[in-house]
Amino acid sequence: MLTHLRPAIALTAFFTLLTGLAYPLIMTGAAQTLFPAVANGSLIEADGAVIGSSVIAQPFTGAGYLHPRPSASDWNAAGTGASNLGPTSATLIATVAERRAAWEAANGSTAPIDAVTASGSGLDPHISPENALAQVGRIAAARGVDEGAVRRLIEATTEGPLLGLYGEPRVNVLLTNIALDEAFPMPPAGGEGQATE
Amino acid sequence: MTLLSYFAYFAALVGLAWMLAIWMARVYSGSLPSALLRTEAALLRLSGAAPDRGMGWGAYALAVLAFNATCFVVLYVLLRAQGTLPLNPDGIGGMAPDLAFNTAVSFVTNTNWQAYSGEAQLSYLSQMAGLTVQNFVSAGTGMAVAVAVIRGFVAPKGATLGNFWVDLTRSVLWILLPLSVVLALFLAWQGVPQTLQGAVVATGIEGQEQVIARGPAAAQIAIKQLGTNGGGFFGVNSAHPFENPTISSNMAQSLSILLIPVAFCFLFGRMAGDRRQGWAIFAAMAVMFVAGLAVIHAYEVAGNPALGLGANMEGKEQRFGAMLSALWAAQTTAASNGSVNAMHDSFMPLSGLVMLVFMQIGEVIFGGVGAGLYGMLLYVVLAVFLAGLMVGRTPEYLGRKIEGREVTLAVLAFLSMPLGILVGGAVAATVSAALAAVQEPGPHGMSEILYAYSSATGNNGSAFGGWGAALQWHTTALGIIMLLGRYAIIIPMLAIAGSMVRKPQAPVTSGTFPTDGPLFVTLLILTVLILGALTFFPVLALGPIAEETARLAGQSF
Repeated sequence: MLTHLRPAIALTAFFTLLTGLAYPLIMTGAAQTLFPAVANGSLIEADGAVIGSSVIAQPFTGAGYLHPRPSASDWNAAGTGASNLGPTSATLIATVAERRAAWEAANGSTAPIDAVTASGSGLDPHISPENALAQVGRIAAARGVDEGAVRRLIEATTEGPLLGLYGEPRVNVLLTNIALDEAFPMPPAGGEGQATE
Repeated sequence: MTLLSYFAYFAALVGLAWMLAIWMARVYSGSLPSALLRTEAALLRLSGAAPDRGMGWGAYALAVLAFNATCFVVLYVLLRAQGTLPLNPDGIGGMAPDLAFNTAVSFVTNTNWQAYSGEAQLSYLSQMAGLTVQNFVSAGTGMAVAVAVIRGFVAPKGATLGNFWVDLTRSVLWILLPLSVVLALFLAWQGVPQTLQGAVVATGIEGQEQVIARGPAAAQIAIKQLGTNGGGFFGVNSAHPFENPTISSNMAQSLSILLIPVAFCFLFGRMAGDRRQGWAIFAAMAVMFVAGLAVIHAYEVAGNPALGLGANMEGKEQRFGAMLSALWAAQTTAASNGSVNAMHDSFMPLSGLVMLVFMQIGEVIFGGVGAGLYGMLLYVVLAVFLAGLMVGRTPEYLGRKIEGREVTLAVLAFLSMPLGILVGGAVAATVSAALAAVQEPGPHGMSEILYAYSSATGNNGSAFGGWGAALQWHTTALGIIMLLGRYAIIIPMLAIAGSMVRKPQAPVTSGTFPTDGPLFVTLLILTVLILGALTFFPVLALGPIAEETARLAGQSF
């Protein structure tokens, strides 16, 4: 054992320097040079202030916006978490039923499954196209615009599977809401907020 | 369409692994460019490693233990002291002793069980100089041991098992590091952060504040997948949009999880000088993998009628959906990886059953890097022995006799699985200090305990996340069990290799039981299932099977 101690200590030190410091620091340098925008968290700025990250969900409750999927950790991007409730959990079944009732009251249509289940990260930036399109009526009414126009905007921001083979069709909630604000600015105060969940 | 997706994925995986095995065979035999050879020789001589001296199984095992013990001490001290060390922009304090013990054991044994949440409890220094280093060297340790075990079966009579320091250094420098650089850059391009800046405070469109944790994640995630480590940079692992932002990042990580484990099958065939032997082991693993994947896929896509129509989306991300979550769940439990892109606690009961079985049979369906192969060789010894009993001949494998000593050692290694899972789990299910961890009443609670102890014994690292892993009882008990699950298999397997290499290699005759055909593959699968799965069937009946029966009867808990 003692004859092995010297190489054990020497190689632990060497690998710590190589894979624990050189490797991540060189990767940081490379990523910051090659992909500076995404390497710092895909942040979105407006008027010099950070309003969010394009890949991280944030809560929306206003009637004029797409609403994200439920979050078991209240959209906390510094302490993520899921419900971790099992498939026969009475708590889970009751929670989903409550969410369904609230969602259907707010949108006046049947809730798709992704609208009533919490994501694993609590930060899922996407919703399904069915979920997004079912919210069109509420959004159009709040913004005082034609439903067809809102639907076309959502369809334009919908992403499909990779190579047609992998992943699900999806709509990025934050990016679509920013696009909605640009295309159809909110009417002045009073026209908003009455249909919040 | 689904079949085409899976087929294209497996074709890519096997193709890449096949090419990697060609390179790995060159690396471990030292057929490297002279500049690389000079670099490693200089490093090893400077370290006092005597690289030209071959080791018997005992010396090899001692070197493994000395190295891993040193790693444990360094990591433990680093985690305890992180609060006073640099690279800590979010001002995170030192870890408590029991949690630091659990975490250090977890990363040194390639388990990467996480009883903590990365963004809240680790400084960037701990993530980089602590965990990332162990991601490399614990994977390198598993690969080195596997290569030594293979040499025991295939090297000429009286040869050594090689030199641990050489095998370790080659695994890290010429296999893991280059692959990680490529994958880390790809992930950073896809949107995985790689920054030393701390968390950023955003003010959302509706005015609410959101603190967004970041960090040097891409580099660590690359090796976490390639080394079948699985420990996430963030608490929710590869479900987090920063760890796995796009479908492309998901597919790249998915391929990386199984890449080296699959390559080890082909490397085995190459080193044995008979590639069909490698294909036979690959075939046995692939058949079990596809069967398990089919079950998980079917249940997750069909969904949970109690929650409404559609796939089972609780705990899953929209971009991955049921299919890519099912694929990941099968891979991560088969390969002893333990990272997740969806929450296993919320999977359907029989999906959970498959994941449990994959871990309980000892992580031999591809398994951890290196660990999967030497684990499967344990079953090969037993399968050949059983075949010998059935036909009444002395069992042989690759021209060498399998005798009492090897079978005894294989059974000894196998027993660590029931010891960790059944004894550890039984205590956790009865002692009140341990029971507080259970989140859910009813059979799902039993599954949670079983999952934790299966994951620790198999050195997997994934969890039913609702279970309170941070409870002091479990940080300590699981730490000890992770050590058992790692070294109580490594040491007997090295001993088997040491014993095999002393035997003469008999020429193959018409009387030799062929170990490269469908008959042997079937026998190997049956051995794994009978020994591995049946040991745990009674307790599985109390957990996932009881839960499924209750669910079908419309019961909830």
